[in-house]
Amino acid sequence: MFEGILITIATAATPLLIASVGELVVERSGVLNLGVEGMMVMGAVTGFGVALATGSPWLGVLAAIIVGALFSLLFGFLTLTLVTNQVATGLALTLLGLGLSGMLGESFVGQPGVKMDYIYIPVLTDLPLVGKLFFGQDPLFYVSLLLTAGVAYFLFRTRAGLTLRSIGDNHTSAHALGINVIGIRYLAVMFGGACAGLAGAYLSLVYTPQWIENMTAGRGWIALALVVFASWRPWRVLAGAYLFGAVSIGQLHAQALGIGVPSQLLSSLPYLATIVVLVLISRNRRLTMVNTPASLGRPFVPDR
Amino acid sequence: MDTTPLANGRNLLEVRGLTKIFGTLKACDQVDLTIAKGEIHALLGENGAGKSTLVKMLFGSLEPNAGEIHWNGQPARITSPGVAKKLGIGMVFQHFSLFEALTAAENIALSLADDTPISTIAAKARALSYSYGLPLDPESLVGDLSVGERQRIEIIRCLLQTPDLIILDEPTSVLTPQEADKLFETLERLRAEGKSILYISHRLDEVRRLCDSATIMRHGKVVGHCNPRLETPSSLARMMVGTEVKNAERTTAAVRGEELLSICGMSRKPAGPFSMPLKNIWLSVAGGEVIGIAGVAGNGQGELFEAISGEALQESADAIRIRGKSAGRMGISARRLLGAAFVPEERLGHGAAPRMRLSENLLLSRHTTDGKVFVGTGGMVKSGAIQKAAQRIITAMDVRKSAPDPEAAALSGGNLQKFIIGRELDRNPAVMVVNQPTWGVDAGAAARIRQALIELARAGSAVLVISQDLDELFEISDSIAVMHNGELSKPIPIAEATLERIGLLMGGAEPGHLDPAKEVA
Repeated sequence: MFEGILITIATAATPLLIASVGELVVERSGVLNLGVEGMMVMGAVTGFGVALATGSPWLGVLAAIIVGALFSLLFGFLTLTLVTNQVATGLALTLLGLGLSGMLGESFVGQPGVKMDYIYIPVLTDLPLVGKLFFGQDPLFYVSLLLTAGVAYFLFRTRAGLTLRSIGDNHTSAHALGINVIGIRYLAVMFGGACAGLAGAYLSLVYTPQWIENMTAGRGWIALALVVFASWRPWRVLAGAYLFGAVSIGQLHAQALGIGVPSQLLSSLPYLATIVVLVLISRNRRLTMVNTPASLGRPFVPDR
Repeated sequence: MDTTPLANGRNLLEVRGLTKIFGTLKACDQVDLTIAKGEIHALLGENGAGKSTLVKMLFGSLEPNAGEIHWNGQPARITSPGVAKKLGIGMVFQHFSLFEALTAAENIALSLADDTPISTIAAKARALSYSYGLPLDPESLVGDLSVGERQRIEIIRCLLQTPDLIILDEPTSVLTPQEADKLFETLERLRAEGKSILYISHRLDEVRRLCDSATIMRHGKVVGHCNPRLETPSSLARMMVGTEVKNAERTTAAVRGEELLSICGMSRKPAGPFSMPLKNIWLSVAGGEVIGIAGVAGNGQGELFEAISGEALQESADAIRIRGKSAGRMGISARRLLGAAFVPEERLGHGAAPRMRLSENLLLSRHTTDGKVFVGTGGMVKSGAIQKAAQRIITAMDVRKSAPDPEAAALSGGNLQKFIIGRELDRNPAVMVVNQPTWGVDAGAAARIRQALIELARAGSAVLVISQDLDELFEISDSIAVMHNGELSKPIPIAEATLERIGLLMGGAEPGHLDPAKEVA
């Protein structure tokens, strides 16, 4: 029972984690893409559709990643090349994604989907208590942890990561040093899009293997909030995502037990708890200032 | 005046007819420049003469409209700073190009070749910085460093790339005289190693001491070449400005009147993670005198100004007294009503609202103090009176503008500064506090502003001038105090102040309280 709860928590947290880590990279490069929700839902519909057509959830995942990246490329072209307003463009991307996915997915509604298999390693998975938790979850759960570790290593231990952070801190200086600001931002935006697409595919292939219109249900927005409250640090994003997952599962169990608290209040608990905890850990203003990408959302046009 | 062109094989850089046009303005017009191997070449000119535009084209951050650049005898197209770096051109920027949220070592790493192992950079930077006499701690965050320390990082970062041509854009404006000396030694060493240096400065003494040849620009054109060692500062200034530049004159000695502004043991906690605390500051400014506050930028001068002007309130009302009244808990308008006037460092956005007209800017700062004159019954603005006052200021300060009542942002820096200073002078303030009165202002306008400040003091007001420009402070102050690390030294009377003594205090040689009597004895 206890192991089961932990696994459902991980399942609730994983899509948030994947989308947030992707957006974290985008924001560290100084770009604010509010279109996470739209890219996620596009990933969800693509993943579902391709898996349904081919029977392979992995092809669905791959297609979702590609579509997420392509969708973000549209955002990149508008904001980086045509220098449109990032906030407005991101919102438009979300609206476009929600509408387009609803249209594309019309025929998928009510169809049974393809579910990704859980990992099974003989002996290890059969261990009592922890076997399923550590060695028997869906493959994307492990991908999400590797992704977090990889992004943390990339940002703070590699030269390319340093370059990316420098662009987010001061794009004018980075340009003056001869760094290709726009090119690197394109890559970062596409990485964020790919992650959002993957997170969407997780929803429609693992979390609930079916297509429901608007099935992301605001998770893209939560992912955005997590990035900010985690002060742009990958491991804090993980903590935030799991906290959110834990409280959402916890309040479901509490509702099932029928304790005398209005269900609306319980439903809002995950949001409240996540915000409170992340605000507490980011109350060190100095640390927040140092981690906040100073050129976040500011358009960059080099003088020629 | 003209130097003969050096033999071609010895020229590192030759620029012919380089032109850059912004809209209708020719920022650089047919500029020729030749830099030989192993020389320190000065580029002189007033603000807006086109020096920065020229070097930005050489460094690839601006694209010329016409003209050619030859590097080592070969035609070169420098399309980006990356290309410039590959050719062997390094640049130390006037406006810092550092990343505040990264450490010094990370900042340096970013400009080195991609294959430099990231772990060795800190040690390398530390070693190099000590060998050049510009010590720095590679692990510290740039946001925590003073402007002088940031300048060191810029210089070290440039040197680590081992460029053949180093462009330095006003490198000494944020260094103490002693730090500047260290830099000059470094530059002379690099010259001995056969490197070339293009040195931009408006400090003519430095140029005469350091540079082998000079190119002088005015209004985007090259107006002359010379050997600065054979010139005097005034002959160089004449070439830059085109006319004689008069220094401000102190016609009479200061007569110390009654105390009009006093700061008593004021302290202030750092306002943000990257700002300086103020530590137990005592200062008294009397009517009739000009007190100058020197210091390397970022040592608390900005915080001091905010505290005096009322942008930041003090804990105790007695920490600041204006004309005998405790003003520590008063806001800006209340302090202005006591007869004080303030001119902040940043002209656009702080001293003036950029997109508002001059007359509107006048009303913004004086609607309380001159409410009766400018605002009528029911809060209606009296535009006639404001226009008249604006015109009076424009005439008094010789503000040059293109339209009758232009937006503040449309004026050049010097003319806007004249207007902002004139706006306060027009009130005849009893206490005038100015932060960086002539920063980025051309020589003619600067002289006008300095003269106006001296005249105000001689008419009986107390004047406090915070400036990084030591020449300016020596020109106008009756005493000079030095800020270092949030502490303020005792004011040193001008007769006893020497460049060396002020410089030592700026570097923090002796925090605070030098006893002038002891030193004389």
